[in-house]
Amino acid sequence: MKARVHVTLKNGVLDPQGKAIGNALAGLGFGGVGDVRQGKFIELDIAETDAAKAREQVEQMCKRLLANTVIENYSIELG
Amino acid sequence: MNAAVIVFPGSNCDRDVATALEQAMGKKPIMAWHGNADLPQVDLVVLPGGFSYGDYLRCGAMAAQSPVMREVVARAKSGTPVLGICNGFQVLTETGLLPGALMRNASLKFVCRDVTLRVEAANTKFTSHYAPGSLPRMTVAHGDGNYFADAATLDELEQSGRVAFRYVDDAGQATPEANPNGSARSIAGILNAAGNVLGMMPHPERHADPLLGGTDGKALFSSLVQALS
Repeated sequence: MKARVHVTLKNGVLDPQGKAIGNALAGLGFGGVGDVRQGKFIELDIAETDAAKAREQVEQMCKRLLANTVIENYSIELG
Repeated sequence: MNAAVIVFPGSNCDRDVATALEQAMGKKPIMAWHGNADLPQVDLVVLPGGFSYGDYLRCGAMAAQSPVMREVVARAKSGTPVLGICNGFQVLTETGLLPGALMRNASLKFVCRDVTLRVEAANTKFTSHYAPGSLPRMTVAHGDGNYFADAATLDELEQSGRVAFRYVDDAGQATPEANPNGSARSIAGILNAAGNVLGMMPHPERHADPLLGGTDGKALFSSLVQALS
């Protein structure tokens, strides 16, 4: 089963990289771009076939390594 | 007094801090490889600066999970002093031994320059040889030193005297210009609640010999030697 994890900065945490990307887009002439937030995308191949168990496993991976929950949120997609 | 310097793949200040420790202690510290969980009994553990594991995923995230760190966390929780400098500070926040996180510098640039610090907590094992409010010069060299914690955590750190150092200007004022990385409340170093774990972004070992252009970092090592001998 594949698990796809998105890791993003929490609201309220300053994202200087997102801001720089926004400024660069404006420099390229893309108007109307508001707040830009950047994050990480991690794709995992996992042996577990039970979706509930797989989700729990990936949840633990996120909490213990993939995300720093002091500053980051994560979301998990399975399939 | 015995000390161990933990060496991760990508550490690059391990030998500098070993030299500063040797000058202060009168003997060499043990160099402990990250993959070996059998850490000898020591009075001080130092996590050096560098780019452990190439800063993959997040600075310090991989090192925080290495075999030796399980032992370092256990020792820290039972009271062994632990000093984390630069990448070592990042590792300490990733293990949860210190609150908050070190984020990308607000400027998005790697910053390598001398900074002035103000000693906020001089009543610790790490800082007793500094006068309270004194202004030592040290070097910062990092891309991710922007200290972040939520407002409640920052308040608690300040109220409990756990902010060890702040970035200030020559007059001792914590101005935005004197803050090299955008750290919340100009925080350069913090202590854990028990006072036995210090994390700091500036490098005291780079100001521990006149040849390096300054000796203001020496007092940190001599404080530790006095407290732990």
